[in-house]
Amino acid sequence: MKKLKLGKYAKDNIITYGMIILVYIVMQILIGTGNISSLMQGLLVPLCVYVILAVSLNLTVGILGELSLGHAGFMCVGAFVGAFFSKCTQDVITADLPRFILAILLGALSAGVVGFLIGMPILRLRGDYLAIVTLAFGEIIKNIINVLYIGKDSRGLHFSLKDSLSLGLEEDGMVIINGAQGITGTPKNATFTIGIVLIVITLIIVLNLIRSRDGRAIMSIRDNLIAAESIGINITKYKLMAFSVSAALAGIAGVLYSHNLNSLMATPKNFGYNMSIMILVFVVLGGIGNIRGSMIAAVVLTLLPELLRGLSDYRMLIYSVILIVMMLFNWSPRLIYLREKYSPKRLFKKTREVR
Amino acid sequence: MSFISYLINGISLGSVYAIIALGYTMVYGIAKMLNFAHGDVIMVGGFAVFFAVSMQGLPTIVGILLAVILCTLLGITIEYIAYRPLRQAASSLAVLITAIGVSYFLQNVALIIFGANTKAFTSVVTIPALKLADGQIIISGETIVTIISCIIIMTGLSLFINKTKAGQAMLAVSEDKGAAQLMGINVNRTISLTFAIGSALAAIAGMLLCSAYPSLTPYTGSMPGIKAFVAAVFGGIGSIPGALLGGIVLGVIEILGKAYISSQMADAIVFMVLIVVLLVKPTGILGKKIQEKV
Repeated sequence: MKKLKLGKYAKDNIITYGMIILVYIVMQILIGTGNISSLMQGLLVPLCVYVILAVSLNLTVGILGELSLGHAGFMCVGAFVGAFFSKCTQDVITADLPRFILAILLGALSAGVVGFLIGMPILRLRGDYLAIVTLAFGEIIKNIINVLYIGKDSRGLHFSLKDSLSLGLEEDGMVIINGAQGITGTPKNATFTIGIVLIVITLIIVLNLIRSRDGRAIMSIRDNLIAAESIGINITKYKLMAFSVSAALAGIAGVLYSHNLNSLMATPKNFGYNMSIMILVFVVLGGIGNIRGSMIAAVVLTLLPELLRGLSDYRMLIYSVILIVMMLFNWSPRLIYLREKYSPKRLFKKTREVR
Repeated sequence: MSFISYLINGISLGSVYAIIALGYTMVYGIAKMLNFAHGDVIMVGGFAVFFAVSMQGLPTIVGILLAVILCTLLGITIEYIAYRPLRQAASSLAVLITAIGVSYFLQNVALIIFGANTKAFTSVVTIPALKLADGQIIISGETIVTIISCIIIMTGLSLFINKTKAGQAMLAVSEDKGAAQLMGINVNRTISLTFAIGSALAAIAGMLLCSAYPSLTPYTGSMPGIKAFVAAVFGGIGSIPGALLGGIVLGVIEILGKAYISSQMADAIVFMVLIVVLLVKPTGILGKKIQEKV
């Protein structure tokens, strides 16, 4: 009898993708029958954004093994480029979906290019230094966007770093990016369905990258840089590959995020260091390097504070405690020893051996 | 004339950065970790002085002592609970992420206790301002106190490290933990001492910072903390004169950048400095070169 032969990762894939499709179907049924609160409905797109961000950061932290604290910066680039594109071409491309797809592609591309340009010099650094430099870049991106003014009139685009008056627009012109006030009136194209499709695309990219020859090279850099170098792996190339793919995916999340809001501003709250840390919490709770885990963590940690309204004041406090406890539990040598000593699996095995 | 005032302001801000950077540099030199929570210890110090002096009406000197003691204990506790268990951990990311967690924890505890509103911090300095060149240059009392305390702390710390047994033990631990242990040095206690000194300095820095810029929120410490780390890297991490030099140069760059280029871009300019330093000379101005062994 011949068994149906499944690929090495088939089971894993079925669980991961199946989970998403199941959630999607359940949500659609709930929305269709009207069994869902408007609060929950408003949360659906942000949830997709956070899931994509968590998966993409996990590529840098879990697979490449470098801590990036500037992930929100890449998201910011994607969000602004996407929103800018949509607003510029609103009159030219009237169909919503093609324009949104173009915006997503453009946002991903620009975030990826920024990631590549930033990654080229800084990926020589490791560990703490890399973390602080990525943080610095995230803040710089946010700062620059806050002083950037772009306007459009019949003569084309105008740029300024001072204020909207120095753009010198004609009467019919309009200011698109208005410095600290950001972009207002972005078309609200983001839907839950598009979000889910984007999650699936992100997963396909990330999972296939991890399981390819390139992915194994990236993981070998994480595990031992010197050994990887000695067997002829091009360190710079693979580091850059992981970093810019991760940045591009964060850009996608940014586009999705910006098309769910009426006004987009680069505040410390949405694109600052806090946001980067929040994504990091998702990754750490879900398990560093565990893609499915970070998705679940993103959903749970976004929903819990919303469902337990009384806890919302303590939300960040709980996040910080989760970070500390999870790291101690997972990495402390003494706790690892204790866990192995008293793990149910091992205790169970022992009793069987006696018999 | 305004250039000279900016310069003096820059040196004053830089002195605060230098004191904070000392804490970073000592901890990094000895425990080989980036103590992300250091900036938030500054904030705790600021709140302790605020609570004691402004809310309870205690004398200033009591408030300062209280803040120093509180921060010292806090530093030792953080090291004991959050960092020590991970010292032997396989991944160096682990302790960095824990430090970020501690930083967030402190911010949010302060947020819950004191609320998000900005507190008006009354300056603890009572020295009158110094007027030079017919009142064209005014050096505030805060500036004088900050610069003098920075000099006192630097000399004191250099003497402590070079002349005392505990200081020599710190040097030994930073060179080689295993060898230091074989020489009979209690490594754990030495690292605790480092955190204690660093945190006590953070309390003083918090007080000086809040006196010069009298607004206090739970997030007060995080930006100066990160900038002080930039200063520590700039001067060469692990080096005490480097922290002084890096802090002052960075403070001057920030104030001049704010005055002459763009006030909104001042943070970006400081971070640009960090990036340039790390790309051109990653060991900093006064740092030692460390060869990685296979």
